Amino acid sequence: VTTNSRAQVTLNYALIIACSLIAIYPLVGVVLASLYPSGTSTSPSGFALPPTFAWHNYVAAWDQGKFAASFGTSIIVAAIMVPASVVLSIVAGYAFATMHFRGSKVIFYLFILGLIIPTEATIVPLFYDVRALHLLDTYWALILLEVSGELAFGVFWMRAAFLSAPPSLLEAARIDGASSWQTMRKIMVPFARPAILTLAVLTFADSWNEFFLALVFTVSHTTAPAGLASFSGRYTTNIPLVSAGAVIVAVPILIVFIIFQREFMRGMLTGAVKG
Amino acid sequence: VPAFVVFSVFVIAPMLDGAWISLFEWDGVTVGHWVGLANYRQALGDPAVRQAFLHSLVLIGFYAVLPITVGLVLTAALSHAGVRGSTAVQTVVFLPQVLAAVVIGVSWKWLYDPQGPINAALGAVGLDTLERPWLGDFSAALPAVGVIGTWVTTGLCLVLFTAGAQRIPLSRYEAARVDGAGPVREFFAVTLPGLRYELQVVLVLTVIGTLGTFDEIYVLTAGGPGTSTTVPAYLVWRRAFQTGQVGSAAALGIILMLIIFAVTYGINRLMERGADA
Repeated sequence: VTTNSRAQVTLNYALIIACSLIAIYPLVGVVLASLYPSGTSTSPSGFALPPTFAWHNYVAAWDQGKFAASFGTSIIVAAIMVPASVVLSIVAGYAFATMHFRGSKVIFYLFILGLIIPTEATIVPLFYDVRALHLLDTYWALILLEVSGELAFGVFWMRAAFLSAPPSLLEAARIDGASSWQTMRKIMVPFARPAILTLAVLTFADSWNEFFLALVFTVSHTTAPAGLASFSGRYTTNIPLVSAGAVIVAVPILIVFIIFQREFMRGMLTGAVKG
Repeated sequence: VPAFVVFSVFVIAPMLDGAWISLFEWDGVTVGHWVGLANYRQALGDPAVRQAFLHSLVLIGFYAVLPITVGLVLTAALSHAGVRGSTAVQTVVFLPQVLAAVVIGVSWKWLYDPQGPINAALGAVGLDTLERPWLGDFSAALPAVGVIGTWVTTGLCLVLFTAGAQRIPLSRYEAARVDGAGPVREFFAVTLPGLRYELQVVLVLTVIGTLGTFDEIYVLTAGGPGTSTTVPAYLVWRRAFQTGQVGSAAALGIILMLIIFAVTYGINRLMERGADA
C-alpha cells in the first residue's frame, strides 16, 4: 500500500481538500452573511468578515420570521412523530426479519413500493383524504403523513439490522423460554441500538426539514422550513436577515447531527445498503 | 404467530394502503365530471408536461450522474492509505444532506444573486463575461439549480460508497497490484465492480429523488424564469393548488409514479444484467 507516489498523494489531498471546501463554503458564507449589518448598502461579499458583528440580526429574524410559532409546530410534530415512527419500524422490522406469516411477502413488497413513491406524486388524493378527515391545518395531518412517509424506509432499515443478528442469539433466547415479544425487547433491540439511533436521527432530520407537506396541508401550523420560505419571500433583498433565518432553522438539526455524529456515521457505514 | 405481529400489520398496512387506495379515486374527487382518460391524454400531449420531464432528465445529470462520479473519485482518493481524517471529510461532505432543502435554497439564492459571491468571484478573476443573474437567466437557471443538487447529493454517495469499499477484501487489491495494475486500473478492475450493489442503490435513490424534486424549485425559482425550471412535482403542486386543475394534477401524479416505477425497475434490471455479464 506504500507504492503511491508522492505526486499522487498530493493530488489526493488536493482533491479532498477542494471538495471539503466546496462542501463547507456555502454554509460558512451564510453564517458570515447573517452577521452583516442589515439594510446597509454594503452587501455581504461572502468572503470577508463583516465590518461589525450584527448579532442583532438573529433577534430580528426570530421575531419578524415568527419562528417561535413555527419552531413550536416543528417540535411538537417531531416529538410525537419520531418515537411513533421508530417504534413502529422496530416492531414491523422485527416481524419481517424473524417470522414468516401469511402474506408477509406481499406486505413487504408494498413497503418497498412505499419506499419508491415520493409524496409529490400522491399529493392530490392525499389532500382530499385529509380534508375528508377534517385534518387540514392540524398537527395530526403532518404527524400521520410524516409517519407513513417515514415508515417504509424505517421498516426496511430495521429489518436489515435485525437480519444481521446472529441466529444463535435468537436461539439462545428461545431455549431460555423467552416469548417473541421478550426476545425483541431484551435482546434484539439492544443488539440493534446503533441502527435504531441512526434511524432516529434520520427520521428527526426528515421531520424537522419537512416543507412540502407543511406547504400543502397547513396554514397557521406551519413548520420551521415553511416559515423560513415565507420569511425569505417577504424579505428577498435583506440578505443578512434572511441568512440569519436560514441559520436559525438549521441550528437544531446541526446540533442533533453533531451530538450523534460519531454513532450516526458508523450506523450509516455499517447499516446502509444491506438489504 | 404472536398478537403483536397482527397488530403491526393491521396498524401499519392500512396507513400505507390508505395512501395507496386513494390513488385510484382521483376521478371522483374532481367536480364530479367523469372524464375518463381525457386528463391523461391531455397530459401526454401537453408541451408543458413534456418540458417538465425533460427538465428532470437534465437534472438527473446533476443529481445522480455527477454526484456518483465525484463520490467515486473521492472514495478512491480517500481509500488510499496515507489519507488522514477521512471520517472528518465524510462528515463535512455529508453535512448538506441533513439540512432542510429550504435552508439550502435560501443559502444558494444568495450565492447566485447578481451581486452575490459567485459573480463577485468571477469578476475578481477577470471572468466578468460569465457573470449573470444565474437564477433569472433562461439558459443558466436549470444548470444552476442542478449544481446545488450535486452539492447536496455527493455526500450521500460518498458515505455509501465508502461503506461498500470497506467491504472489498484487501486480497483483491493485492492481487491487482501483483498483476501490475496502477491506481487507475485498480479502480476500474477492483473498486468499481466491488461497488456494484451500492451503485445500484445510489442510482435508484438519486434518480427517484430527482423526479420528486420540489422544495428547491419552489424556493429558488418558482419554476421560472418563464417555465425554464419547472419540474413535474412542481407542476403537480401548481395545478392542484394554484390553478385549480385538480384532475390534471392527479393524472400527472400517477404518470410521475408510473415513470418512477419504470425507472426503478429499469435500473435494477440493467444492474443485474451487468452483474451477469
